[in-house]
Amino acid sequence: MIQQNLIKIGMADLNVATDGAMIKTTGLGSCVGVTLFDPKVKVAGMAHVMLPLSSIARESTFNIAKYADTALPELLRRLAAAGARRERLIAKLAGGAQMFAFSGQSDTMRIGPRNVEACKMMLSQYSIPVMGEDTGGNYGRTIELDSSTGVLVIKSVQYGVKEL
Amino acid sequence: MSMFNHFAEFKMDVLKEVGNIGAGNAATALSRLIDKPVDMAVPTVSMVPFEEIAERVGGSEQVVVAVFLRVEGDAPGNMFFIIETNSAKKLLHNLLSIEVENENEYSEMEFSALGEIGNILAGSYLSSLADFTKLSMAPTVPSIAIDMAGAILSYGLLQFGQMGDDALLIDTTFLEDKEAIEGHFFLIPDPESFEKIFRALGVPFE
Repeated sequence: MIQQNLIKIGMADLNVATDGAMIKTTGLGSCVGVTLFDPKVKVAGMAHVMLPLSSIARESTFNIAKYADTALPELLRRLAAAGARRERLIAKLAGGAQMFAFSGQSDTMRIGPRNVEACKMMLSQYSIPVMGEDTGGNYGRTIELDSSTGVLVIKSVQYGVKEL
Repeated sequence: MSMFNHFAEFKMDVLKEVGNIGAGNAATALSRLIDKPVDMAVPTVSMVPFEEIAERVGGSEQVVVAVFLRVEGDAPGNMFFIIETNSAKKLLHNLLSIEVENENEYSEMEFSALGEIGNILAGSYLSSLADFTKLSMAPTVPSIAIDMAGAILSYGLLQFGQMGDDALLIDTTFLEDKEAIEGHFFLIPDPESFEKIFRALGVPFE
């Protein structure tokens, strides 16, 4: 199948899609894919968030798409610029897995669940409802959002294809 | 990650040698284990953008078998032993005469055998490195996953994630029986570990 318009999101990256384009990110492990969709104007946005809070950044200038607390405001700004209204937005989340199990659970090892918590906290701050979620577990996911329908397709090695 | 941009070439060479010694020992261990010669490529050492690390093993969505260990001690870091699923099957076949029928389904026995192979290899990699640098480096109990390369490798990048968008990767490829089995060793030392590794080897770190 050839997708006419496919926007790929890398790790610690974000973008918006309009005019029926698909927006996709591959290999989400402990990272979280946050997707936002405005059903009225059919504008979709996605961020591939790697870490929860930018306060842990040890770099002076950092990539704002990497942290949940900085990626969401930027994604909202980009969505607004594309014509979406915040009060119409609905959110879907995927990822935040714990790829490896260890007996001693340090904070780094729990990064998946912490990423999910941080994303939800940001969404509730902006009063954006979470309409669908496929998070946690111990497996990787590839996600694809259709900007014409808002349907989020989630693929994983173990569980095949799932729609939200 | 500006602190690494000015890494002199000879420092990269030092890290290459670190990878060479570690992987050399691991290749010997693997060769003994399967009783066949194992070839090893010269390690590559590079600052790799997060996006591209998964490309080394066939792309973000490529399904791989990965054994992950956290290195603890003086120079902490993350270590992966990665093989493609068909190489894993061949390895199991050579070692235990197990025929894996479905690439994506592994029995408890096969899973545990792969974990043990990873454990032996990573252990020999690290112990030779520890001897060489006189630093204490101990692996955690290995953890094994069969999943998309992107999802697995991003786990080893979290320490670097707080500092930049690139990680320093010491990658060694080894081959058994020409190309029948191809595997990768990824050593991703934590950003703080470089100074210790260089100091231990008598290389000035400015």
